[in-house]
Amino acid sequence: MIEVSDHTLTEQGLDARGSDPARVLVLACGALAREILALFKINKWDHMDLTCLPAKWHMTPDLITDGVEDVVRKHRGDYDQIFVAYADCGTGGLLEAKCAELGVEMIAGPHCYSFFEGNDVFAATAEDEITAFYLTDFLVSVFDSFFWKPMGLDRHPELLEMYFGNYEKVVYQAQTENAELTAKARDCAARMGLRFERRFTGYGDLQTALAGIPAAR
Amino acid sequence: MSDQEDDIILSELSDEELVPQIHDDLYDGLKEEIEESVNILLGRGWMPYDVLTKALVEGMRIVGIDFRDGILFVPEVLLAANAMKGGMAILKPLLAETGAPRLGNMVIGTVKGDIHDIGKNLVTMMMEGAGFEVKDLGINNPVENYLDELENGDYDILGMSALLTTTMPYMKVVIDTMVEKGMRDDYTVLVGGAPLNEEFGKAIGADAYCRDAAVAVETAKEFMAKKHNQMNA
Ligand code: B12
Repeated sequence: MIEVSDHTLTEQGLDARGSDPARVLVLACGALAREILALFKINKWDHMDLTCLPAKWHMTPDLITDGVEDVVRKHRGDYDQIFVAYADCGTGGLLEAKCAELGVEMIAGPHCYSFFEGNDVFAATAEDEITAFYLTDFLVSVFDSFFWKPMGLDRHPELLEMYFGNYEKVVYQAQTENAELTAKARDCAARMGLRFERRFTGYGDLQTALAGIPAAR
Repeated sequence: MSDQEDDIILSELSDEELVPQIHDDLYDGLKEEIEESVNILLGRGWMPYDVLTKALVEGMRIVGIDFRDGILFVPEVLLAANAMKGGMAILKPLLAETGAPRLGNMVIGTVKGDIHDIGKNLVTMMMEGAGFEVKDLGINNPVENYLDELENGDYDILGMSALLTTTMPYMKVVIDTMVEKGMRDDYTVLVGGAPLNEEFGKAIGADAYCRDAAVAVETAKEFMAKKHNQMNA
């Protein structure tokens, strides 16, 4: 399996390996790289290749739509198909419109917390869980560099109340069974002063969406 | 830089030096320094409205530009806003007493399902800074909250904020309910939040989408001016 650091996924993303023998390119957020590579391996999806945009664009979603368009245009001649492994992610419908224009499929739903849980389940429970802050395996593993620091909480602990004053609990949506990550997630919740809940989601609709890509044309 | 900062004795600065220093301190999110400087200017006989507009609002305007241009990020904006809040708390009770201009009344709130409030709070503060009286309904507001407040007060503007793709459509629910009740035309409806855009604002029937707090203030002023012209026509 490809070795790539959290730091690289956050800052730069990941380059495609090449279209031989892959016929499908999955273009994803760097925050989904590990999960997608795991799915490739588990399901023996050798016909798929992965490229990622920087995970840190999570914080600046206005960069995502143009970034996706650039990669699709760059690689579209090399593969039979490109699949965009992003949900809306705060682009306000612009990514969906762009994908439709480019003729590529994307993942349904508002964001990864929703599709990991399963979009239907998430939509049904969101209202009762409005004061929850979600963590995923990726977010837990890069919590300090990806979240705590960019939010200024390392330098200004007084900001915590301004960010999370209205929150009550952390829901750790676990993609895998991993005691170390679970312990770390619990610690993250404690640092945020929030109650902790762990919920095993597995890969949710991410798995279904990728499985739905036809193997060959 | 910070050593230098320590050496500055705010009370020894002339007005011409102190105002830009306030802009710098706001930029750096130094709440105590802002409070001290506001008190110094007031002690020198400045009108509260002048302290507000020339020192605080102007300072936040600069912060807003650098946030828009990606030079500052969320924590810096939050710290600056918090520092400004300190200054505002001193000025607010004095503004009414000293006959500061009152441009209009606004209700603002984040829509149901959404508890993002940093942008909304910033807009509230800049609207207050510009002379609007703002009632902040906070976060997670169902349509009743907005309508009850509008019906029970003397308001000109309704402002709604949403940061989630899933909660943006709720703004339309509020506007449609206003139409149903025959009250839509009594108010200017402004909407904002990062995932929104101009087209969305039009599609849901808002009067305007505002990309940031500065645009919100300008837009609100324009609508108030139009309203007065119509009334006088
Ligand atoms: C800071 C932040 C948070 C903070 C919020 C703290 C708080 N007290 O508000 C925290 C970390 C707690 C948080 C939580 C969540 N967040 Co958040 N968050 C952000 C982030 C990084 C910045 C938003 C912000 O505050 N910007 C700073 C302010 C100053 O800007 P602004 O809000 O845009 O406001 C300006 C203008 O828009 C305008 N404006 C705003 N409101 C109004 C109103 C009116 C009337 C007018 C005229 C103008 C106006 O003027 C403002 C000032 O200039 C955005 C990404 C982004 N860059 O937008 C994600 C983002 C909005 N969050 C997102 C998500 C998914 C969540 C969570 C679900 C994440 C989770 N892990 O659980 C929860 C939400 C829970 C809930 N039920 O609401 C997504 C939304 C995706 C989507 N499809 O909608 C985003 C886009 C990140 C992403 N790419 O995934 N978040």
